[in-house]
Amino acid sequence: MKQLKLFTIGHQRIFCKHFFASIILLYVSNFAFSQTAEEVLQKVKMKLEKVNDYEANGKMKTNVAFIKAPVANIKVYYKKPNKLRIVNQNGISFIPKGSVNISANNVFANMEQYDIIDAGRDSAGLRVIRLLPKDDTADVVLSTLYVDQKNMLIKKSKTTTRENGTYELEMNYGKYSDYGLPDQIIFSFNTKDYKLPKGITLDYDDGTEKNIDKLKDKKGRVEIIYSSYRINEGIDDKVFGQ
Amino acid sequence: MPDIIIASHLFKHFNNIAAVDDLSFSVPEGKIYGFLGQNGAGKSTTIRMLLTLVEPSAGEIKIFGLDLKRHRNEILRRVGAIIERPDTYKYLTALENVRMFATLSGARLSDRQILHQLEKVGLAARAKDKVKTYSQGMKQRLGIAIALVNDPELIILDEPMNGLDPQGIADVRNLILTLGRDMKKTLVVSSHLLSEMELMADSMLIIDKGKKVVEGEMTALFHPAETMVDLQTNSVEAAFEKLVQTNLNKFIFNKKGDHILFRIHRNEVPALIKQLVQMDIEIVSLFSKHSLENYFLSLTTENQHVESFKD
Amino acid sequence: MWNLLRIELFKIFKRPRTYIAFGAIAIIVFLFQIALWFDGKTYVDLILSNIDASFDFTDQFKHRLLNGYFVCFAILNILLIQMPLLVALVSGDAIAGEANMGTLRLSLTRPVSRTQYMVGKFLASLIYTVSLLLFLAVLALFGSMAIFGTNDLIVFRSTSIHQMSVDDVFWRYLAAFAFATVALTTVASLAFLLSVFAENAIGPIIATMSIVIVFTILSEMNIPLYDRTIKPYLFTTHMVAWKGFFYVKADAEGTTLRGSIENLPAILRSLAILCIYIFLFTGTAIWVFREKDILS
Repeated sequence: MKQLKLFTIGHQRIFCKHFFASIILLYVSNFAFSQTAEEVLQKVKMKLEKVNDYEANGKMKTNVAFIKAPVANIKVYYKKPNKLRIVNQNGISFIPKGSVNISANNVFANMEQYDIIDAGRDSAGLRVIRLLPKDDTADVVLSTLYVDQKNMLIKKSKTTTRENGTYELEMNYGKYSDYGLPDQIIFSFNTKDYKLPKGITLDYDDGTEKNIDKLKDKKGRVEIIYSSYRINEGIDDKVFGQ
Repeated sequence: MPDIIIASHLFKHFNNIAAVDDLSFSVPEGKIYGFLGQNGAGKSTTIRMLLTLVEPSAGEIKIFGLDLKRHRNEILRRVGAIIERPDTYKYLTALENVRMFATLSGARLSDRQILHQLEKVGLAARAKDKVKTYSQGMKQRLGIAIALVNDPELIILDEPMNGLDPQGIADVRNLILTLGRDMKKTLVVSSHLLSEMELMADSMLIIDKGKKVVEGEMTALFHPAETMVDLQTNSVEAAFEKLVQTNLNKFIFNKKGDHILFRIHRNEVPALIKQLVQMDIEIVSLFSKHSLENYFLSLTTENQHVESFKD
Repeated sequence: MWNLLRIELFKIFKRPRTYIAFGAIAIIVFLFQIALWFDGKTYVDLILSNIDASFDFTDQFKHRLLNGYFVCFAILNILLIQMPLLVALVSGDAIAGEANMGTLRLSLTRPVSRTQYMVGKFLASLIYTVSLLLFLAVLALFGSMAIFGTNDLIVFRSTSIHQMSVDDVFWRYLAAFAFATVALTTVASLAFLLSVFAENAIGPIIATMSIVIVFTILSEMNIPLYDRTIKPYLFTTHMVAWKGFFYVKADAEGTTLRGSIENLPAILRSLAILCIYIFLFTGTAIWVFREKDILS
């Protein structure tokens, strides 16, 4: 009885407080989960729109089956809404076609042209949102975004195009996450077979070019590690010219 | 006098053809040694063997008392040679050619010394001209200059008068005689010009089909069995008519102008002269021609290519 | 030996025909440089046509690609096929030319052994070959660097593309030219050998070129039977090993490893094979010449 007496109104009050707090939390989280895909994208967009332009320094690694290239020191220029250029200041770099897609801003520049489809979450807990172009003749056939809802950052995107196959983008963030600017990007793209007639190249057969299977891997990867960004300091349009 | 060259039982075969067939000879020191033979007799092959251009199939050669195979360089330092045409580098000057061959021979000569060499053969004035501008005679003389550049003790000249005009021939002959007689060099000279050989050679080797036919001193050898007696007379027709009716008819070789040539054994010459006098034939001149050509032709058995001319 | 070598070099460099080779090299290199200066873009477009669907090749890219190192590589690709002829011009003439001129018999009656004579001639041919390559290096490499500037070198093989940083290229050219010397010496020694059997230089020169051309075709053909039996032993297969200095290693991510060579053992093997050929050809030439009757 004494023990039962312990279960006093005070305890009841505490219990109720916790109970209702849990209910509220559940409700709130429910509410959060129940943010629509459009709302999520809108929030991401708001973050990205803080950036009018940037100039970033970085190192670029090219990982294509048939290319051996050194790490390049590059600059990446971006200007709203969808101008992007990767430049090797002094040397030579193989810049993949569709490199403009390394910025997710592309999608947000024309969001109204897409139907937004909520695809739930993936195994890593990222919100999966699909964008279907309303225009059947558009080059982009499908774009899928994987969003870190907690930080409102796009971690991954996959874009399928008619002309150039599928691009994939993986992004890792660090000190520029507030601007939605990644520290590291891995951009995957399709490549065609490379072959030149031996009559032109007159190769030396040193026994190392027999790995034909490797060459059947028709995906290339470019990894950019950004070292710094200069954000919203103005960029001349001439930079994006040829 | 020691023998500078001793060649013993030399053989040389080219595709089963014996170019030189058991040839032995020796060249005495300080003499001019004539080397005679028809075309293809084996003279050039023998000379090339002496100069190590051709390896004997068998046999031995000693020069300066040294075996040629084992002491080649040592011997050749003391030898100078022209083989057939003395071809030199046409795109170089005479001076450059001589300088180069002097260096090859181990002789260190200054340009002044080289010019002196060229002067001996009458080419000093053209020393700095390219050889391609030279006449055949000048090229031949340049070849001789090159052969003498290392002041050799033994000089081997294969057809040194080829292609020369009479003055050129005389120049080379005089040079050879100077080298042999005055400077006491040993010379081996092969030539087709038998008349020249007659004037130069102290001793002689005649070969035919790769074999030795005869070898020895000119004075000892050249007593031909036959000699040519040349009779000059004022009335050659009358003399000829008389002679054909006598036993001297068989000795008549040729009649030309006011000369009648007899081919006769040298022992018969006194009897011939006596008979001519007895026959009252006018003798303007009479002399015996010891012709090396006749001697040579009588010894070498190669078929005549062209019939003897009879006027 | 030094005197002999001096004499042989003197003869080679006094002869007008020697300078034909230098003139030919100069003309070919200049023509190539002029062509690429004015129309290099067409050449580059051809090479990139295979992959321009996958990459953005801007004018700046093409301009930088067409730098002095790239131009030199392209020149060497073409010229090192013609060089054997230029080398054979002198080496093929070494003995046959002397026989034809009649100077062989004059030289061989001097107190110089036949072996010394041949070694002197061969060394002179070698020096001539080196001087040709040095001349080529000055025009093709330094000339191209001066005209087109320098940048990364990209080498296009038949199934892969190798890019080297600008500061990782020059030493490769030094190594390549050194290797090319050995490669061309192989041709020189072949011409030298054939020269011993002839009394006119035309024969050995044409024979050498014919052999090089036929063997090069066999080396480039991809017929399994030849690949296993003949190809590995042809000297022409190994003459192009200089290119191996421009094939680089990469890590698992395809990043070029600075200073690396994709297959150095293969290059060294090719080098050894060429040295064996040089030894065989020259040795045989000397041996035959020692026994030969000089009838010219």
